[in-house]
This record gives sequence, C-alpha cells and structure tokens, in this order.
Amino acid sequence: MKAKKQSSALARLAARSFCSTSGKPALEPRQARPRPSDPRRQEFVAGIRDTFPLLLGALPFGLIYGAIAATSGLSMAAAIAMSALVFAGSSQFIAVGLVAAQTPVAIIVLTTLIVNLRHMLYSATLLPYLKDLPQKWRIPLAFWLTDETFAVTIHRFQKDEASACKHWYQLGSSIAMYLNWQFWCFLGLVLGNRIPDAQSWGLDVAMPVTFIGMIIPFVKTIPIAVCVLTAGAASLLTLSLPYKLGIVVSAFAGITSGLLAQRLTQEGNGRR
Amino acid sequence: MSASEAWMLAGMMIVTFGIRYFLFALADRFRMPPWIEGALKFIPPAVLTAITLPAVLLPKGEWFLSWENPYLVAALLGLAAGVLTRNLLATIAIGLAAFFVHRLFL
Repeated sequence: MKAKKQSSALARLAARSFCSTSGKPALEPRQARPRPSDPRRQEFVAGIRDTFPLLLGALPFGLIYGAIAATSGLSMAAAIAMSALVFAGSSQFIAVGLVAAQTPVAIIVLTTLIVNLRHMLYSATLLPYLKDLPQKWRIPLAFWLTDETFAVTIHRFQKDEASACKHWYQLGSSIAMYLNWQFWCFLGLVLGNRIPDAQSWGLDVAMPVTFIGMIIPFVKTIPIAVCVLTAGAASLLTLSLPYKLGIVVSAFAGITSGLLAQRLTQEGNGRR
Repeated sequence: MSASEAWMLAGMMIVTFGIRYFLFALADRFRMPPWIEGALKFIPPAVLTAITLPAVLLPKGEWFLSWENPYLVAALLGLAAGVLTRNLLATIAIGLAAFFVHRLFL
C-alpha cells in the first residue's frame, strides 16, 4: 500500500516534470517520453468538456450584461473592453449598475475590489496545485480565474490521479469561459443597442431583477439572511452619503452583522 | 470611450487581476487569516442587496413606495418567483414580464 503510494508520487513527479514548460525534465528523458496521446491535449479538451454546462449558464448573463450596458450610458467600446480586460461577471454587472447611477470612478473601482475579494479564496484553494508552475502559467490562469472555472477545476485537482498536466485542464476551462463570455456579451450589446430608446422602455429594470435572482441562492443560512437584511436597511439609511459611499458602508454593515450572527448562532448550537 | 471610462476600466482591471494573482505571485509565502476567509462569503449578497434595494424603492432618485412603481412590483414578483422556483431565469423572466405588463396596463 505504502509502496504503491510512493510509486504514484513518483509517477506524479515524472508527469509534472514532463508537463512543465520549463524544459528541463527532472528524470531520465526516456521516462519522460510523451505517451502516444498527449496528456496535455487530453486535459485541455476535458477541461472544455466539463465546463460546457457552465458555458450555457453564462449565456443569459452575457446577453443581459450586454443589454444592461447598452442602457447604462456606458459606451459600446468600454462595455466590450470591460468584458475583455476585467472578465468578472458579477462585478461587471455591478459596475454597469453603478455607471447608470452616475457613481464616481473611484467608488466603482473600490466596489469592484470588494466584490472580487472572493477570488482570493479561490486562488488560496488552488495555490497548492499551481505554485510550482512558472509565471507564464500562473499569470494567465490568474487572469482567467472565475467562479465557474474554479468550481470545475478544483474537482479535477482534488481527484487522486497521477496526471500532473491538470493545469492544462484549467487552461481549457478558462479559455472556453472567456471566449463564451465575450461572444454573448457582444451579442447582448448589439441587441441592446438595436432596441431604440431602450432606457425609456425601462430595460434598466433587468438589473435589479437579475440581482434579486442572484441574491436568493445565497440566502441559505441565518447569518446570510441577517447580512442581507442589514445591508438592505443600511442602504436606505445611507442614501444621503455622497459618491454612492452608502453602498460600501452598507456592504460592510452587512458583512459585520453576518459575521456577528454567525458567531451567535454557532454559540447557540453549542458548536465551536 | 471617454477618459473616465478608461480610468474605470484600468482600475477595475488592476484590482481584479491583482486579487486573482496576489496569492499565485507569492506562492506559499502567505496564509489568509481565517476571519477574512469567513467574511468573504458575505460580500456578494451584501453588495448586491445594497445596490438593488435603493434602485427598486427610489428608481429615479426619489422615494416611490406605491403599487404604481413598476420597479417595485417587478422586484416583488421576481422575488416571489425566485423563492418559489429557485431558478434564476424564471426570476428574471417573471420580473421583466411583471414590469412590462405593469407599464402597459396601469
């Protein structure tokens, strides 16, 4: 049993050195000879295949993002560039919502920072699997790190298999998500711009309605419910704050109350 | 593209990539404090709620607490649909439908 574990660890090492792009295999070249079917290609294709349902899931979001952006006052070029350069669905939605509310740039950037902090949790989880890769891998994989790619890829990394080309799997998932997002956002923008005078039609209602749909699945526990109620109440009490600072203050109020509620409910249950 | 749009994009890009890359860049020289890890899950619902509620109750910057407010009606029906179906597309579809029916007939 132990010997098997050791040999699989060796195999993993061999596979890693084969898969690494640094070009200096740690073991004998004959051991590192590529197998008939390239494992990198296999992983890449598997990453795309396993991401497919999430590509469909991103479709309506991309379309709606484009449609909302078209009515928000954001220029078409900026809306496209945001998808291409920022590539973060929920913060793009929020940014467009803030642009529509004529929020100063600094607050939009600050809100983006807060909303995307969760990605740090993802990178912390993936880190043990990626830390030995060279920067030319870590940089693009970081740029393309989304909720969806994380969700798919972490299962692959956690599977106890000797393949050490699993970062190719993440690459496949990442590129598929990226191209898919660009396409649907663009289509949404074009359609949104085609509808004459979309603003007066009230297409901007799509934003709050979409957000409500996004909030609901989060509210599964009492602490999250407390967080949402507090953030909502705070958002109405802080309306007079300048530069939409109320959003930031309300978010912090919600987070703090949620943490507090979590601590209280845990104590109540006798856990911890 | 205006200058302020360019600044916004540059800022958003830098913070988003910075957050995603920070730990990858450090490799394993850093561990996140557990209380921050615990706080992360509260962020999206808190921010989304703080944006949505004023957008629904004050759609044009003025309080509009009435059944005549199509944004409020759309939000309430969307919320009901979302809670019942647990389906995002259903939530959006019902919310949008409620809004346009309200606008056409009321």
